[in-house]
Amino acid sequence: MNLLLQLLPEQATEYAKQVDALYLFILAVSAIFTVLFIGLLVGFTLRYRRRSNDEKPQPPHEHYTLEILGGGFLLALLMVMFFWGAKIYFKAQRPPPDAMEVLVTGKQWMWKLQHPSGKKEINTLHVPIGKAVRLSMTSEDVIHSFFIPAFRVKNDVLPGRYTQVWFKPEKEGTYHLFCAEYCGNEHSRMIGYVRVLSQEAYDRWTANLGDVNESPVQAGTRLFAELGCIACHRPDAGALGPHLENVFGHEVGLSDGTTVVADENYLRESILNPQAKLVAGFAPIMPTFQGTVNEEQLGQLIAYIKSLSTP
Amino acid sequence: MSNAPATTHAAGKHYLNERITVSSWLLTLDHKRIAILYLVSLIAFFLIGGLAALVFRLELMTPEADVLRSETYNKFFTTHGIVMIFFFLIPSIPAVLGNFLVPVMIGARDFAFPKINLASWYVFMAGGVLALIATIAGGVESGWTFYTPYSTMYANSNVILAVCGAFIAGFSSIMTGLNFIVTIHKMRAPGLTWFRLPLFIWAMYATALVILLGTPVVAITLVMIFVERLFGFGIFDPALGGDPVLFQHLFWFYSHPAVYIMILPAMGVVSEIISCFSKRRLYGYKVIAFSSLAIAVIGFFVWGHHMFVSSQSTFAGLTFSFLTFFVAVPTALKMLNWIMTLKNGSVSLASPMLYAFGFLGLFVIGGLTGLFLSTLATDIHLHDTYFVVAHFHYVMVGGGVMGFLGGLHFWWPKMTGKTYPEGWAIFAAIVIFIGFNLTFFPQFQLGVHGMPRRYHVYPEEFQVLHIASSTGAMVLGFGYVVMAAYLLWSLKFGKVAGANPWAARGLEWETSSPPPTHNFHETPVVRHPVYAYEFASETSDEPDTSSEKGHV
Repeated sequence: MNLLLQLLPEQATEYAKQVDALYLFILAVSAIFTVLFIGLLVGFTLRYRRRSNDEKPQPPHEHYTLEILGGGFLLALLMVMFFWGAKIYFKAQRPPPDAMEVLVTGKQWMWKLQHPSGKKEINTLHVPIGKAVRLSMTSEDVIHSFFIPAFRVKNDVLPGRYTQVWFKPEKEGTYHLFCAEYCGNEHSRMIGYVRVLSQEAYDRWTANLGDVNESPVQAGTRLFAELGCIACHRPDAGALGPHLENVFGHEVGLSDGTTVVADENYLRESILNPQAKLVAGFAPIMPTFQGTVNEEQLGQLIAYIKSLSTP
Repeated sequence: MSNAPATTHAAGKHYLNERITVSSWLLTLDHKRIAILYLVSLIAFFLIGGLAALVFRLELMTPEADVLRSETYNKFFTTHGIVMIFFFLIPSIPAVLGNFLVPVMIGARDFAFPKINLASWYVFMAGGVLALIATIAGGVESGWTFYTPYSTMYANSNVILAVCGAFIAGFSSIMTGLNFIVTIHKMRAPGLTWFRLPLFIWAMYATALVILLGTPVVAITLVMIFVERLFGFGIFDPALGGDPVLFQHLFWFYSHPAVYIMILPAMGVVSEIISCFSKRRLYGYKVIAFSSLAIAVIGFFVWGHHMFVSSQSTFAGLTFSFLTFFVAVPTALKMLNWIMTLKNGSVSLASPMLYAFGFLGLFVIGGLTGLFLSTLATDIHLHDTYFVVAHFHYVMVGGGVMGFLGGLHFWWPKMTGKTYPEGWAIFAAIVIFIGFNLTFFPQFQLGVHGMPRRYHVYPEEFQVLHIASSTGAMVLGFGYVVMAAYLLWSLKFGKVAGANPWAARGLEWETSSPPPTHNFHETPVVRHPVYAYEFASETSDEPDTSSEKGHV
């Protein structure tokens, strides 16, 4: 494969084609401006070259028509780029609600991945073709960045919070997965592959579970009992903590009178630092689980709480 | 003396030979000597930063690790970044050409605060020496961007020393910026109104504003790294209750405007050169002057475009993308005005003009590739790839360094009193231009195809383009060596330049070369608009008789 001859890298999603159309538009505009500019530079230099040191060129007149027209035209062109880019960006920010969710934990220097089936893998992500996949990502240490060039997607992976990336692969094959944010000594080895499989192949791959697998929701359910969460977070009236059914994605009233939408980052904070945003009507008695649960277990607990909500 | 030929003083005493002891240099309050001190120090830093780049470009010739271990590779690119940004590019034009020229161009004897000016060099050297100690005594591998929590909690190297170096060097920028602003306001020669100022002065003024407003913020940010790393204050590390993205906001709030600290001065230099070698007042003088200020102001509101994938909100992403496009307009207007100056001019391709054309050719690419990165959808793909590396090298090296070299060639006869061999200068300009493009153009293609930056080893398919880039780096290095050789040669063997070898306009050309210690024997009185090529000098009403003047 000779990269020099290829204008664009492989397009494995519909989204990639949309990004590339915009890329080609900006490329065309840039090429036209470059040729125009260099052309004028060379043209004027030749046409007005100094033939004798006695030449006395006229100073330019002070009028700004050219500047105003040129600047206005340019700004209009730039706004086309802005709105076009923003439109596509909105798509990247909004995964479809039925997207399959894979948990991603980055650490120096590997990617740990867990599928809804519970199947875990490292540095290689298997996904079925034609199905939207949303990655819920966090890091155990420094900032990493999850980058799949063939899908044109990238997002930083941060310690202490969740970020996301989503894509819908349209082409079977194996694609590069890179860490794009410098993360230390072996940064350039924090790479892997995304393998887009047919649905049957993906199901076959999933069925081959091995022995210890439980899905994130199952693991979360188990942890919820093992850690004693269930003792307080009960449905009955005397419960010491709020019942967690239909909490995810909904507004929660807080003890200081404000409200917050319970998203992944709120649930995470409430597990690690329960008093930060206390639910109205409850005493600040929950202990922190910082240090008790690791990143993967945290993701599983949240997966369980999410499973209690009907969208 | 209004129009007395300044050359009569050339044979006598000037700032270089008035006193020649070591202490007369190290304790000098003369802005011109301080400029030379900066020039010598900056060349040393440029050499260190450049050699680091050559070593890792050599490493990148093959996909595997050959020359360096990963940790060492990371230390090399970090050194390259820290040295080139903080200790070469940011001070380059302001501290060397600005220090030398601002007082002379406005007809003053020195800056408003000569002692602060000298102190700035000592402070700069203190910062530089700390950074070098950090590099030699084990190195730094946090990247020049010091992203947290890597730099504060995970890096096993001399981050603290390097941070102290950058922190201290920031104060020298502030001192220089302060001097520029006060001096330009208060010490202009009689008759030199704001709109008679050379555009280089406007550019220096805009740069000084950015320095004064931005540098304190990065200083505070670096202190925060210091206290988190050393004392465990939880500011950026989530494990301590901090926010790692906060660092990026603070860092880019300075470091994006810092790009304009590097490029605005180069734009000022290019304006002077194009006017001189077109023998003509610049087209749209006021537009160029105000666009410098516009870039300085807008530049403070676009930092978030470094963070489109950092988890900042969708709304923040939209806002920063939108605002970023507005920087493109004043920049493009400058390009338009420069090109329109050539039209109907008397264009000569002397070596400074070739460097200025090099600036234009590279900066047009650097600027336009910025559009891919201000557009949200395309930036998500290109962010943190070689596309970004190529883009900012086209702007900061293609723009900043070409501007610096153009200015150095333009004012070299003024600074040293000698001329360099023109043929070699043209040769070096062409070699540098070709070497630069060969180094960095392939990197755009690498980035589009997904090659992430700061990778020590990489997938095989990228190798062809990496070999092209590394070859270019050697050509570029060769160009710089040729240039250094003939400039040094000219100090001893160069022809005597005379007061105004380029038949240029501007007060700096009305005094002898090199200028006397106090620049002018009498305070000049400016009688004409700026770049008035129709008159023989700024201070007389005689018409131009340029054919009698020497011209290369």
